[in-house]
Amino acid sequence: MSERKDIALTINGADYEVSVDPRWTLADVIRDHCGQTGTHLGCEHGICGACTVLVDDVPMRSCLMFGVQADGKKIRTVEGLADGEEYHPLQKAFMENHALQCGYCTPGFLMLATGILEAEPDISDEDLNDVLSSNLCRCTGYANIVKAVRAARDEMKAAG
Amino acid sequence: MATATNKMLGHLGDSVERLEDPPLVTGKGRFVGDINFPHQLHMRIVRSPYAHGKIKSVDTSEAKAHPGVVAVWTTDDIEDVPPIDFREGSNPTLALFRQYALARELVRYVGDPVAAVFAEDPYTAEDASELVVLDVEPLPALIRADDPPQDFKGQATTEAAVVEQGYGDLEEAFSSAYKVVEIEAKVGRHTGVPMECRGAIGRYDASRDVLEMYGAAKVPHRNRDTLCRMLNRPASGVHLFEGHTGGGFGIRGELYPEDVLVCVAAMRLGRPVKWIEDRQEHLMAANHSRQQIHKIRAAVEEDGNILALDDELYLDQGGYIRTHGTRVANMTTGTLPGPYRIPVYRSICHFRLTNKTPAATYRSPGRCESTFVRERLMDEIATELDLDPVAVRRRNLIALEEMPWHRDLDVLGDSVEHDPGDYAGLLDQGLEQMHWDELQKELAQRRDNGEMVGVGLSMFFEKSGLGPSDGAKIFVDGTGHIEVVTGGASLGQGFETAMAQICAEDLGTDYRRIRVVHGQTNRIDYGVGAHASRATVLTGTAVSKTAQAVRAKALEMAAELLQTTPDALDITDGVIHSKDNPSGPSLTLGEVAEALAPTSPSRGDRTPYLAGEEWFNIDHQTYPYGHHIAVVKVDGETGEVEIEKYFIAYDIGRSINPMMIEGQLVGGLAQGIGGALYEEFTYSEAGDPQSVTFADYLIPTLHEIPNPEILLTEDFPSIRTPLGIKGAGEAGITGALAAVAAAIDDAIGIPGAIRETPISPQRLKKILSERA
Amino acid sequence: MKPAAFEYHAPTTVDEAVALLAEHAPNDGRILAGGQSLVPTMAFRLARPTHLIDINNVGELGKISIEGETLRIGATVRHAQFHTPVCDGVLGQLLTDVVAHIAHYPIRQRGTFCGSVAHSDPASEWCMVSATLDATMVAQSSSGERLIPAAEFFETVMTTTLNEDELLREVRIPVLSDDTVYGFEEFNRRAGDFAISMTLVTYRLEGGKIADPHIGVGGAEDRPRRISEAEAVLTGQTPSDEIFRAAADAAAAAIDPMEDHATNAQYRRDLTATLVRRALEKAAS
Ligand SMILES: Cc1cc2nc3c(=O)[nH]c(=O)nc-3n(C[C@H](O)[C@H](O)[C@H](O)COP(=O)(O)OP(=O)(O)OC[C@H]3O[C@@H](n4cnc5c(N)ncnc54)[C@H](O)[C@@H]3O)c2cc1C
Ligand code: FES
Ligand code: FES
Repeated sequence: MSERKDIALTINGADYEVSVDPRWTLADVIRDHCGQTGTHLGCEHGICGACTVLVDDVPMRSCLMFGVQADGKKIRTVEGLADGEEYHPLQKAFMENHALQCGYCTPGFLMLATGILEAEPDISDEDLNDVLSSNLCRCTGYANIVKAVRAARDEMKAAG
Repeated sequence: MATATNKMLGHLGDSVERLEDPPLVTGKGRFVGDINFPHQLHMRIVRSPYAHGKIKSVDTSEAKAHPGVVAVWTTDDIEDVPPIDFREGSNPTLALFRQYALARELVRYVGDPVAAVFAEDPYTAEDASELVVLDVEPLPALIRADDPPQDFKGQATTEAAVVEQGYGDLEEAFSSAYKVVEIEAKVGRHTGVPMECRGAIGRYDASRDVLEMYGAAKVPHRNRDTLCRMLNRPASGVHLFEGHTGGGFGIRGELYPEDVLVCVAAMRLGRPVKWIEDRQEHLMAANHSRQQIHKIRAAVEEDGNILALDDELYLDQGGYIRTHGTRVANMTTGTLPGPYRIPVYRSICHFRLTNKTPAATYRSPGRCESTFVRERLMDEIATELDLDPVAVRRRNLIALEEMPWHRDLDVLGDSVEHDPGDYAGLLDQGLEQMHWDELQKELAQRRDNGEMVGVGLSMFFEKSGLGPSDGAKIFVDGTGHIEVVTGGASLGQGFETAMAQICAEDLGTDYRRIRVVHGQTNRIDYGVGAHASRATVLTGTAVSKTAQAVRAKALEMAAELLQTTPDALDITDGVIHSKDNPSGPSLTLGEVAEALAPTSPSRGDRTPYLAGEEWFNIDHQTYPYGHHIAVVKVDGETGEVEIEKYFIAYDIGRSINPMMIEGQLVGGLAQGIGGALYEEFTYSEAGDPQSVTFADYLIPTLHEIPNPEILLTEDFPSIRTPLGIKGAGEAGITGALAAVAAAIDDAIGIPGAIRETPISPQRLKKILSERA
Repeated sequence: MKPAAFEYHAPTTVDEAVALLAEHAPNDGRILAGGQSLVPTMAFRLARPTHLIDINNVGELGKISIEGETLRIGATVRHAQFHTPVCDGVLGQLLTDVVAHIAHYPIRQRGTFCGSVAHSDPASEWCMVSATLDATMVAQSSSGERLIPAAEFFETVMTTTLNEDELLREVRIPVLSDDTVYGFEEFNRRAGDFAISMTLVTYRLEGGKIADPHIGVGGAEDRPRRISEAEAVLTGQTPSDEIFRAAADAAAAAIDPMEDHATNAQYRRDLTATLVRRALEKAAS
């Protein structure tokens, strides 16, 4: 075991101080050491996207970063998406459009979509497809995920 | 039943939002990886790097000495634990081929568990697992099921079983044939690969002498029974708990070596033991499926009428026989005739072990494979007789007037009894919706302009609702909230919502007031779980019967309190009121529940509680049916296949929530396209698996998956169930391999070119260059 | 799939970084850039570096600039920075077209240009771009700086001429003249995967004749490189279907394709011919 490092990060606005083994992935730190288990692991080698979180508002694979690298960073996960009792438009759209079955890939898709819609609120359908092809879903066949994210995009745009 | 004025949601046939969704979109799901117990240990499996070999020694000393390691086990440490048994009970002829939780004497595939490390955290467990030293004398690996069988432990050969089914006089049929049409067809090795890897936590409560396993799925009750048998414990002392499950598709939730290990370890080490599979393990340890080679011939008449089918197949079972026994062989041979008459039939399955990951069921087991083979054969018959492929199918479809159609075949212990359906009628509807004739013309024109485009059709029948029976319990509390306890299971398909909708319909309440329990063996003694598309059919009907009984009890009690008769009353949105005077005196379900409380004076001598338990028995499975149509474009230079359009027609009998059914079909199709074009477990000659990462096992992304058109009909409710429901879990995948293959044939203008899946660009390119 | 243990270092200057590298490289100490290749390799425990020198906090490495006729790309410049052109003119647009083919959006937010080049996967788009456009690699160690031309940089699969104590500080790509045309093509089975083969072609027209053609091929061989046999076919010729086909065939004939369990040499060769031809057609259109 290598020497622990003390880091401080915020997850969904809450501060966490963790003494980490440098080899712990950010995903493991978020899940096992900060107790936020909404972020899932589907492959731990960067392909499935289930672990996608926002690091300083940018979607990234949390299995491909070490927790120690998140020192001082602002992390956002699925747990922080809703505003109190109020669902995020993406969460609503996922439920309305049946964009999830088992729900295992859902947090990753939600965070990926949140990141891209915040960065590019006017993103075209085609570019959105490109971004959404970053993550894998084994249940839905994707059609409803695409529908949901488009619906949320349109709603978020209308709401300004 | 519902009146126009009520605002309650969730009747049968309504596409309501799912009860399952809120926790899942907010990160509050409880998947097995999310569950932790104080003081838990983490297990890591040491797996064989050899495809086949004799174990000479397993040295665990260095691993044991590693800081943070509590124990390291080999098979010697669990000598008393028998091999993992079959779900349907012991089976002496297959017993020899079962897998031990840790390999004994031999390793039989790369990934075979050899040792288990128990440590304080997963990182340490993995570190220590690398220190286990394995001495194995390699043996030749058998990697093709159609190669000659080898010796198995000096007591048998690797041909573990020959499963044969059939009826009628083959010889006569073939001797009177106008022509014999013969093909060989191969289905590649692929499987479910849910997005959540497997996981299990064993916990032993010595104070109550209760063993618990978390992370159960699919068939928790059956697995409890098997565990009880293996560990010699009573059912009251073993509980399995299903939490959220990240997809199953037939492979998740079987009883695997790791499940047994966490249970045994929890008891012996006295601490909870958690195991979370990683993806690399998953791809070499969880059940594979599908791989079959068929040699099939048809005796046909000049007009395409099929007199007989004669099929011989080799099923590549992998290293051991797991919980299913020979189920896939049974389903393949039992369903191959499909929706066609086929007066004479025989199928012989050589069920053979090889040195690969063990295989078992994957969504639409047996049907996906046999549909590919049969439909490829139908196309070949059309080619050889110079007939239209649609016409050949029509010529052979079982007609509505002939239903129910009995076939002397066995599918999971049940003879095949097609319940009424208009196969040809649905085909007409499908072809019309797809503008079949215009489509043909349009594609022909595009081909004339140099494009490689084509269309393919495949027809199939499905099976669902495997019996014999299931029960359900319903309890209404004093606040009018309802709990439905089932022995079902949910792997993401919306089981809770479906059960709640069924219950709501009969009980006259909003589906959101209903909580559905599944997969908890301590809540109900019996359960069929979720497989073979049986949950909705069987458990759903049991829920409906129970809800009706509870309704009757509620109305009877309410009638006394409201001084009227039960049949004068109705229930709307949880309120019992007079049919004639809905705004008159009324009682809520909660109030009636209070009136039926054990201490309530108004109860009289009625059994306490507004509750019930009923059972449903089904005499035969139900057989929904449908077809797939694929339109593809081939890039002749790269061999790439693009699916331009896809269509699924399916008769569901009666749909509970069409949105969820379409979701099942679309999701199934994505897996079907994966199997048709992308996904494959390949092995080197030495038996090394080559698809153990997500960079090699290609699960399609949304770029590769079309958004299909779906025609969901309810023309023929099943005659086997009071609600008329048939299953929907598998129809999205069943016809996919065959339809895509046929479309590619058409696109490249080479009938019968595609006889093997997956159709990789390289394979297709080779076919095209050989032709050029 | 948990990485093996290592010591973690987070220098904030290049000097510190190369000093740490000099100290730890002999014991498999390595640079950690975007981690999008290194971390998966560590998860499979195919790599088990004992020290990681994380360069993400070295501010001076994040620069991207045009100096004279060269684009300079610092070691922590991410793929995503190329989503919009990083410079005016043909080169900026070319890099933007290419970047869309690298992995997926979230991976592009973290992975670096220089990390790709240092990692030297034969199917890396940036490696092929560097080879095709004759980039120069700036290698920095505690003992100084070394310039390595792309043609001498890529050796074989994941092997370069960078020394273990050298940081790839920067990649320099010559700016393309405004009359340069280009075509990029790649083929993979699934969106975002590494290519089975790919190509980048550029050329100019002088009096209607092809001048200074560059034809680079990646993914097909053990390293990306310019295919001079194919370039020779083009030089001085008028663009036409026949000449493009001839150049494509020359490229396919000149390469020594890799074989792996999923793809054989013949397929890669045929594919390369197709892609080169299509890229030339694209360039011409
Ligand atoms: C799912 C997936 C798909 C991908 N698809 C593609 C693709 O299609 N095309 C593609 O090109 N890439 C692809 N990648 C890889 C990705 O582009 C990586 O970002 C890139 O290859 C490496 O860059 P990095 O900054 O992440 O390097 P790291 O992963 O941090 O490092 C990689 C290696 O290079 C060394 N290194 C890094 N930077 C330096 C430096 N400045 N000096 C010296 N050594 C250094 C490291 O020590 C390490 O050995 C994919 C990755 C994933 C996970
Ligand atoms: S778990 Fe991170 S990409 Fe799959
Ligand atoms: S909903 Fe199950 S993996 Fe996407």
